[in-house]
Amino acid sequence: MASIQITNLSKTYPGASGPSVADINLSIRDGEFIVLVGPSGCGKSTLLRMVAGLEDITGGEIHIGDRLVNRVDPADRDIAMVFQNYALYPHMTVRENMAYGLKNRKTPAAEIEARVAEAARMLELRPYLDRKPRALSGGQRQRVAMGRAVVRQPAAFLFDEPLSNLDAKLRVSMRGEIRRLQKRLGTTSLYVTHDQLEAMTLADRLVVLNGGRIEQIGAPLDIYHRPASTFVASFIGAPAMNLLDAEIAGGTLRLGTVEIARIATAAQGPVSLGIRAEDLSIATQGLPFRLDFIEELGAQRLVHGHVEGQPLTLSLSPDIAISDQMHLAIRPGALHLFDTNTGKRLSLPESERQQIHAPA
Amino acid sequence: MNRTNLIDHAVLILATLFMVLPVLVAIMTSTHTAVDIHSNGLFLTPAGHGAETYAAVLTRQGGFTGQVTGTRMMINSLILGVGFAVGKIVLSMLAAYALVYFRFRLATVMFWIIFTTLLLPLEVRIMPSYQVMSELGLLNSYTGLIVPLLASATGTFYFRQFFKSVPDELLEAARIDGAGPFKFLIDVLIPLSKTMMAAIFIIMFVYGWNQYLWPMLMTTDERFFTLMRGIKQILQVWVGSQIPDYNEAFALAVLALAPPVLVVVVFQRWFIKGLTESDK
Ligand SMILES: Nc1ncnc2c1ncn2[C@@H]1O[C@H](COP(=O)(O)OP(=O)(O)OP(=O)(O)O)[C@@H](O)[C@H]1O
Ligand SMILES: [Mg+2]
Repeated sequence: MASIQITNLSKTYPGASGPSVADINLSIRDGEFIVLVGPSGCGKSTLLRMVAGLEDITGGEIHIGDRLVNRVDPADRDIAMVFQNYALYPHMTVRENMAYGLKNRKTPAAEIEARVAEAARMLELRPYLDRKPRALSGGQRQRVAMGRAVVRQPAAFLFDEPLSNLDAKLRVSMRGEIRRLQKRLGTTSLYVTHDQLEAMTLADRLVVLNGGRIEQIGAPLDIYHRPASTFVASFIGAPAMNLLDAEIAGGTLRLGTVEIARIATAAQGPVSLGIRAEDLSIATQGLPFRLDFIEELGAQRLVHGHVEGQPLTLSLSPDIAISDQMHLAIRPGALHLFDTNTGKRLSLPESERQQIHAPA
Repeated sequence: MNRTNLIDHAVLILATLFMVLPVLVAIMTSTHTAVDIHSNGLFLTPAGHGAETYAAVLTRQGGFTGQVTGTRMMINSLILGVGFAVGKIVLSMLAAYALVYFRFRLATVMFWIIFTTLLLPLEVRIMPSYQVMSELGLLNSYTGLIVPLLASATGTFYFRQFFKSVPDELLEAARIDGAGPFKFLIDVLIPLSKTMMAAIFIIMFVYGWNQYLWPMLMTTDERFFTLMRGIKQILQVWVGSQIPDYNEAFALAVLALAPPVLVVVVFQRWFIKGLTESDK
C-alpha cells in the first residue's frame, strides 16, 4: 500500500508532433480510488502505462511510496495491472495464471497456494481453478485477471478499462465487485475508463482528462455540481449538461430575448450557460420551450426540444403532463456560467444572482 | 440429400484410392520375390516373402565396403530428419524472437535479407557450402550434414508472423508479473507456439528426410549413407545382367515412407489439439 505522486508528467511518443500527455500533477493518497476519465485518445492509457512502467516517461516524475520509479522496471514497481482484454496466459490454468507472478518472485509454494486460495474464495473462482481461460465466460476471465492482481498484494492496482468488454448488466455487477474488493483490501487504485457513469460510481476522486491535460480533479459529486469547464460539464453526467449561448448585458443574463437572471457583475458580453436536465421544470411562465421528441427511460423521461432556437433537454418524471409548447423554470442556484472562448467556469457568488423566473 | 451424399462419398473414395493405391501397390509388391515381380509386374495381393525381404533389407551388409545395412541408413536418415527439424525450429524461433521483441536498428532490413534467401534454393549455394564444410574438415560428419542447412527463412518467417500475432498485453502482463525476456520465451511463447512447432517439425522433418543431393555431396563414407541413397543404389544394379532387387527396392521405399507418415500422424494430433486449445 502506498501513495502515488505524479509531478509534471509528460509523454511524447517518438515521431508524434506533440505530447500525448502533458503537465500532469496528481497526488494520490494511500488507499484512494482514483478514476481517470475522458474521451477516446485523451491519454488515459498512456498515463496509466507510464505509472505501470510499460511506457517510457518523457518528462516529470512518478513516485510510488517514497520511491522515484521513473527508471524502475514494471516488475519492481510493486504494482499489478488489469487489462481490458484480460491478457490471461491462454496455456495456463486459472490457478497457474494467478500464481505465475508470485512464482517469478520466488514466493514459497505454501504461501502461493494460500494466497491463490484466498483470492479464489474472495472472487468466487474456486470451481474454475483448474480450467484454462478459454473455458471461462468473459466475466469469469475478468475475475481471474483481478485475482492475478489481488494475489500479488501490490502497493497499487492499475486498471485499464477492465469492464469494457462485458455486457451492460455484468458491467454493473462487476463494478460493484471491484469497489467492494478495493474497499476491503484498501489498496491504492488507479482506474481508467471512458464511461462517465462507471467513473462516478467508483471514484473517491475523479480526474477528467482532455487532450492529454487534466481538466479537473475532484470528488465525483463536486465535479458534477461544479464542473470547471464546458468540457467537463458536457462529459460528466447523462444526459449531458445543456449548454446554451447566452449573454450578459447590464447586469442581466439573457438567453435570446428572455431574461434569465440578474447578475451583479461588471462583465459584459456572451457567455455559455449550463443547465442540467434535472434542474429544469415545467412552469406557467418562464423559458418558452418547443417540444421535439421524448425518450422514455422508465423511471424518468428525457424531453428534447428547443428554447430560443437552441436545443435543450430536460428530465421529467413520467407522470407530468407535457404539451408541445411549455414554459420552463430553472431551479435556483443551478445556473452554470462558462466563458464562451476558453470554456472555463465563471465563478459568480450565489448571492449575486437572482433568478427572474422563479418556479411556479 | 442422400443423393449428394452418395456423390460426395464417391468423390472422396476415388480421391482416397488415387492417393493410397500406389502405396498399397508398393507394400504388396515388396512381399513378392524379385523374379516374380520381374516376370509378372506389380501386385495388389500379398505373397509370403515379406518377412525375409524386410529382414534382408534391414540387416544385410551392403555397399562397396559391405558395412552399411538398411538399419544404419534408416538411423542416418532419422538423425538427418530430426536434426534438421529440431535445429531449424530452435534457430528460427530464436531469430524471430529477436526480430519481434527486441528493438534494434536494421531489424526490418535484416528480416528482409533473411526473407529473400527464401528465393535461393539449396542448389544455388551448394558449391560454396560444400567448400566451407570441406575446409572446416566437416565432410563425412553429422555436423557437416546438418548445420549448413539449419538457417531457415521459412521457419523464421512463420515464427515472426506468429509472435507478431501474440497480443502485446500478454508481454506486458508477463513483464509486470516479473518475467524477463528469457522467462517470457520459455513460459509463454514456447507453450503458445506448440502448434507452430508441430507444423514446422512436420515440414522440416520430411525436408531433411528426403535430402538427396546434399548428403551425396557431403558424404563419401558409407557409414553416413541415408535411405534415399540406398534405394538408388539397389536400382543401379540394372547395368549388370542380373535381375534388380525390385522387392528390396520396394521394401526400402516402404521403410522410407514409414517415419514421415508416423511423424505426420503423431504431430497432426498435436497440431489439431493445439489449434483448438490456443484461442484465448
Ligand atoms: N504507441 C504510440 N505511438 C504513437 N502515438 C500513440 C501511441 N499510443 C498512443 N498514442 C497516441 O497518444 C494519444 C493518447 O492515447 P491513449 O491510448 O492514451 O488514449 P486513451 O485515452 O487511452 O484512449 P481510449 O479511451 O481510446 O483507450 C492518442 O492520440 C494516440 O494516438
Ligand atoms: Mg486506452
